[in-house]
Amino acid sequence: MRPPAIAATDVAKVYRRFIHRNQFKTLKSALLTRSLLSDLRPDETFTALDGVSFEVPRGSTFGVIGENGSGKSTLLKLVAGITKPTRGSLVVDGRVSALIELGAGFHPEISGRENVSINGIMLGLTRKEVERRFDEIVAFAELEEFIDAPVKTYSSGMYMRLGFAVAIHVDPDVLLIDEVLAVGDEAFTRKCLDKIAELRRRGKTILFVTHSLGLVEKMCDDVLWLRHGRTADRGDPKRVVDAYLTHVAGGEDARLKSGQAAAAGEAGRASTPAPPAPAQSPGEAPLAGGYRPGRWGGREVEIRAVRLLDARGRERHVFVPGETVTLAVSVHAALPVADVVFGVGLFSAEGTRVYGTNTDLEGFTGSRLAGDGEVRLALEGLSLVEGTYLVDLAAHRRDGTPYDYLRGQHSFRVKSRVKDVGVYRPLHRWAFTGGLSLDPPAPRAELDLGDEPVA
Amino acid sequence: MIAAIRSLVRYRALVRSLVSRELKARYRGSVLGFFWSFVNPLLLLLTYTLVFTVILPGRQSEAMQPYFLFFFTGILPWTWFSASLAESSGVLISSGNLIKKVLFPAEVLPAVTVIANLVHFLLGLPILLVFLAWKGKLGWTALLLPLPLLVQLVLCLGLALFLSAITVHFRDVQSILGHVLHLWFFATPVLYHYGDIHGTLRQVLRMNPMTHVLVSYQQILFHGHFGHWRGLGLAFLVGVAMFAVGAFLFDRLRDTFPEEV
Repeated sequence: MRPPAIAATDVAKVYRRFIHRNQFKTLKSALLTRSLLSDLRPDETFTALDGVSFEVPRGSTFGVIGENGSGKSTLLKLVAGITKPTRGSLVVDGRVSALIELGAGFHPEISGRENVSINGIMLGLTRKEVERRFDEIVAFAELEEFIDAPVKTYSSGMYMRLGFAVAIHVDPDVLLIDEVLAVGDEAFTRKCLDKIAELRRRGKTILFVTHSLGLVEKMCDDVLWLRHGRTADRGDPKRVVDAYLTHVAGGEDARLKSGQAAAAGEAGRASTPAPPAPAQSPGEAPLAGGYRPGRWGGREVEIRAVRLLDARGRERHVFVPGETVTLAVSVHAALPVADVVFGVGLFSAEGTRVYGTNTDLEGFTGSRLAGDGEVRLALEGLSLVEGTYLVDLAAHRRDGTPYDYLRGQHSFRVKSRVKDVGVYRPLHRWAFTGGLSLDPPAPRAELDLGDEPVA
Repeated sequence: MIAAIRSLVRYRALVRSLVSRELKARYRGSVLGFFWSFVNPLLLLLTYTLVFTVILPGRQSEAMQPYFLFFFTGILPWTWFSASLAESSGVLISSGNLIKKVLFPAEVLPAVTVIANLVHFLLGLPILLVFLAWKGKLGWTALLLPLPLLVQLVLCLGLALFLSAITVHFRDVQSILGHVLHLWFFATPVLYHYGDIHGTLRQVLRMNPMTHVLVSYQQILFHGHFGHWRGLGLAFLVGVAMFAVGAFLFDRLRDTFPEEV
């Protein structure tokens, strides 16, 4: 088998954090002992990447995702050879072209024509190769009219287009793309994606850093998720993106919770008693003053854990329409309680109530809870369009006095290949009869998040 | 050092296109354009001629007559030298974008400043030769011109590599350099004749490699004889040593550039 296009083994990158301290010492040691970093105290360094290993087989497309500051761009610079790893090894086989900053090295005073030839040579082409590809580059950038004008007169879109056109025509074996597809209008982005797809077909290796998870799912064969410079997950795009979204949703949960705790602290310090909690069930609560996540109640009944389960009983945060989603809520009553109603509300990300119900509305009676219990609500055939949904959960008295009310503390995401709009997606079927005829859409399976093994 | 030379040879196409970009961009937008390469030394000549023949006359020995031509012979190579150094010290920082975002052989940048200034020097040279011919100073020794030129090139490249690399870590260099170059100018026989200097001062001037380069230019072009072989040879050795030191330092600090510029 041929060696992989990119092989990273236990790669770490440590940056110096304080540039101005001990400059003489570090310079001297750099010169004399070849150890620029080892002489620094640990608090003066910043580890941007730590122990990252992966291989990208020739001809495959590899995605890197992660939050801001997770080390994605550092990784790209290492692969591009712009910086060197502090530890570990990184081997790239073949000519690399990096779409990291488009048009880096353009000189504003000289014409687009001259900049194309200089930029091409900078990116590793020979003068002849640039000449051969020149017309193609200009046509791709759609700048035929302006190619002899100085680059300083270009709009930022024109500048980026020219930069992209040069970089993509370097004909690299390995193409590195850093979040640069937002370089123009819709049509140009389309063109860039087509060009990238063409390079994929021609067996080029592509490494792709982006926040566009849809693109990652669509284009990548393999995905690496970086978190704080370490590998959080790696593997099948759908599974990793799912795990990443779950993590991001969890982070939002945590932020909401800490925000709520801080708010509670504020209320506790104030001398005025906390405002009376809304005495409604999620099924009935009017949304006066908008949707503000929070938690309140006397905690005679406490909601201790909430899980969202798929049909196989596995915990997930991303679902597809038509799936069965089960809300499993663990509750606890320190003292036996005989008057308890459980309610559930679903809200869109904008705070619009999608649905609400509770056990009282649906006619359950004779409730009793002592010690631990679990409430399960199965939502069969999830009839929602793509989007993020927030969940209200509550345990309260029949008169509405809350024991424990969790507003917007949990969320899930619905993903769909069909980008229909609204909130509610009824089960539906089209039919065309008479002289009317439409070709059915290409058979497309709904995203199947459930089939992948969960790590 | 060998690696540095090899790298510059390997990227000669890049160096060439960057030099031409540098030259094109420099006068783009000005009325006289490329003509400035000729006008600049002429104006410089005019200024100094005014100073040393009208304001401070009578201090020039016989060996420097006509003085304006003697001075012109010296100031052209000196301008190449000092402009190369001044520009190269900041070149890595001002091209930070390239170093941080593109896989780019950084040593090309100081080399480009030196070579772009060499081209300016070569553009000014015909004017000097015309004046020399007019005053009947031009002799066969002018054919030796490539010798001091080569020595100066090596010295400039070495210093440019050294300065550009060190300035990334110590921006102070940029501020100090202007003053150092000023002092260096007066410590190099451009305004005066090396042969007129005696005693300790001459010993000091001998330590300066640019002294020997300048004396060689003056002998070859202005005096029409050349006997400064030893001095020029020593200057060449110093230049080679400087190049080795510059290349070594540049290479050692290379990996820190993307993080520091």
